[in-house]
Amino acid sequence: MKRALAIMVGAALILLLATLTLVVMPYLQMSAEQVPPDLKPYTEQQQRGRQVYIANGCVYCHSQQPRDPSFAPGDKARGWGRPSVPGDYAYDEPHLLGTMRTGPDLFNIGARQPSIDWQLMHLYNPRAIIKGSIMPSYPFLFRHVDEPVEGDKVVNIPPPYGPESGKIVATEDALALAEYMLALDHTYPAPTLPTLPPKTDEPKENRAP
Amino acid sequence: MTPTIAILLIITFVLSTVGLLLLIWTIANNQFSHGQAAARTIFSPGEEGHSEDRARPADEPFTGDTSEQAQAIEARWTADQSSRTAVLTWLSSSVFWLLLGSFFGLASSIKMHLPEFLTASEFLTFGRIRPVHLNAVTYGWASMAGIGVALFLIPRLFKTSLVGGKYAVIGGFIWNIGLILGLSAITLGLSDGEEWLEFPWQVDLLFVVGGAMCAAPLLLTAANRNVEHLYVTSWYLMAALVWFPILFLIANLPFAFPGASGATVNWWFAHNVLGLWVTPIGIGIAYYMIPKILGRPIISYQLSLIGFWSLALFYSQVGIHHLIGGPIPTWLVTLSIVHSVMMSIPVITVAINHHGTMMGNFGRLKDSPTLRFVWIGALMYTVASLQGSMEALRSINVITHFTHYTVAHAHLGMYAFLSFILFGAVYFIMPRLTNWEWPWRKLISLHFWLVSIGILIYVVSLTVAGWKQGVALLDAAMPFMDIVKMTLPALQARTLGGALMTLGHLVFAFHFIAMLMRQGAATEQPTLFRPAIKENAQ
Ligand code: HEM
Ligand code: HEM
Repeated sequence: MKRALAIMVGAALILLLATLTLVVMPYLQMSAEQVPPDLKPYTEQQQRGRQVYIANGCVYCHSQQPRDPSFAPGDKARGWGRPSVPGDYAYDEPHLLGTMRTGPDLFNIGARQPSIDWQLMHLYNPRAIIKGSIMPSYPFLFRHVDEPVEGDKVVNIPPPYGPESGKIVATEDALALAEYMLALDHTYPAPTLPTLPPKTDEPKENRAP
Repeated sequence: MTPTIAILLIITFVLSTVGLLLLIWTIANNQFSHGQAAARTIFSPGEEGHSEDRARPADEPFTGDTSEQAQAIEARWTADQSSRTAVLTWLSSSVFWLLLGSFFGLASSIKMHLPEFLTASEFLTFGRIRPVHLNAVTYGWASMAGIGVALFLIPRLFKTSLVGGKYAVIGGFIWNIGLILGLSAITLGLSDGEEWLEFPWQVDLLFVVGGAMCAAPLLLTAANRNVEHLYVTSWYLMAALVWFPILFLIANLPFAFPGASGATVNWWFAHNVLGLWVTPIGIGIAYYMIPKILGRPIISYQLSLIGFWSLALFYSQVGIHHLIGGPIPTWLVTLSIVHSVMMSIPVITVAINHHGTMMGNFGRLKDSPTLRFVWIGALMYTVASLQGSMEALRSINVITHFTHYTVAHAHLGMYAFLSFILFGAVYFIMPRLTNWEWPWRKLISLHFWLVSIGILIYVVSLTVAGWKQGVALLDAAMPFMDIVKMTLPALQARTLGGALMTLGHLVFAFHFIAMLMRQGAATEQPTLFRPAIKENAQ
């Protein structure tokens, strides 16, 4: 029994050591990191949209972490923005960094596509806007009504993607999600980024999806 | 010298010191000097040289030449029977989750090239069925089958009956309830939002309890053991069962880790599920099955111990290679890359042992289903791991990180390595628990070919397409939509490969149920790929 116990205790100790280096130390270092002054906390609606993003698993296809251009040149050149820093995520809980780019990075989607109508139309059916997109449509975030009533957010879907008759109206969830998309705008300068070139504005010319 | 580099140096120093101390301790305690004697503990007296699978037509079952040897065989049969209920609970559940997970995987795959497939319902949107797939196959299939096999091996390894098997049965029920609740939560949109940690933390407690209830019989049985040496398989199994509850508990501490540090905890956990949970189980099983079926001990027991401790030291620190280029301190990424490369040490030692023991015996792959599945699994462990070490290098990772290449690697590891070994183990275990042979040889063959061809298509197509996708993503001159179009054929090929794998799983599950219901003719001979003893011998 002594030896069996020793193996198990040894195994546990090694894991605790790893926890120290990979969990505790990064936590201490990163929680001391400066929060960029221009970063705004999420509004209640944006936070709700973030929850819709989580519930529907957008993170499995989209990252939110442009890499340093000196390391991965494509990221910035595609208009995805400057490299992100820990402070950018100060209000993110849980984090949504993502590990796939089946779709493009969304760290600055709010700056690239600032129109809420674009966002809603794209959610209703991505192919209505981008030919050949493989992103799923989210019809369940919308209602199909004969006559929109006062206060309804009508989304005009170009044929043939819309319904034959009646109107498509965004639900609260769809609106919240679209607002969250618009909130994803990190074009402000990051104070902790040493490699950032002198304060020029982010180039916005490259508005690939 | 910047403070971060200083920190890095201190860590590396502490690590190597601890590693060294451990090594000195093991040597001082004679762990190494038993050497090959320990490698032989898995054989009952006189059994060495006889295959437990009787893979060769000429092999007679070994029943013992003396009464003492016969008694040892008898005792092993008793040990096997002692774990029966517990093992069957975990294995049957795992087969169910494998089927469920396969259908969700296949549906996810189809959705990636047919984006209008099943979009009407929020419960079936890609972003929900994909995590259901991952969690069902990881915590349902791989973990439950792994625990089931571990419960079978523990009494054998300790040469005694399983003590406290009923805790494991109860643990199995709790685990299943956890899966049902967790997967339903994801479907209803109540995910916690981090990959590999989607289950709401309240549900996660069930897994900690269920897992701990399996550790209980392990400890009780270890206390009762009748062997002097602890065979290397028991090292891996014991460590895995210690690691998992700790990992799962820390990573799920609700709301403890916000923002970017949450990402480090997330990936520290996710890779530890792979490295410190499913991998030790997989390697441990191969360390048992290969020598047992060949009837010869592993070639170097010393190496196997070095492999074990170096796996523990290095694998526990690799998690951050999932965040290369991400918004986290550079020293942290570097630390994980260094350890990822160092992982080649345990990988190569394990490879020498597994494949070295096979040397000269490859002919038996033609007969023994267990050996064929397990050895191919072991080989794919070597391949996936060496690939992983490369993939962790900055220069490679910058290309592969966000692409389908990673998904191919994931299935090479979780499927071609782990699932193959689990399949092989199930083929070995079931006849010994039910005292019934597998009814249809052809079905085993069919299962093998379906899943082998399926995973081959899966991995090759996504590896090639993922690499091209990664190269193209770095070049902003290539429009994003062109890259999407470029990957479409591979995504379709994945659906084909995945459909073959799913079919294979249906065959496997059917055969498993038939086995439980004792279908087919009663026979004394093991069901092997080729007609065994009588039909061949004359
Ligand atoms: C020496 C051994 C290994 C190393 C160094 C290694 C390294 C890596 C790296 C660098 C990634 C890519 C991370 C990214 O770019 O996002 C990765 C992903 C992955 N690996 Fe390994 N790997 C190893 C062995 C294995 C084994 C044996 C398995 C299976 C049991 C495995 C399963 C996975 C999975 C499932 C992923 C995908 C995780 C995700 O994105 O959800 N790896 N590995
Ligand atoms: C039956 C056939 C299978 C099919 C068709 C399939 C398909 C898929 C698909 C489509 C994804 C999502 C990839 C993405 O998000 O880009 C995925 C992810 C994954 N699957 Fe499977 N799968 C199958 C079997 C399995 C099995 C049996 C296992 C484990 C034992 C497994 C483990 C995983 C893992 C770990 C991931 C996450 C990969 C990552 O994040 O990089 N799969 N699978």
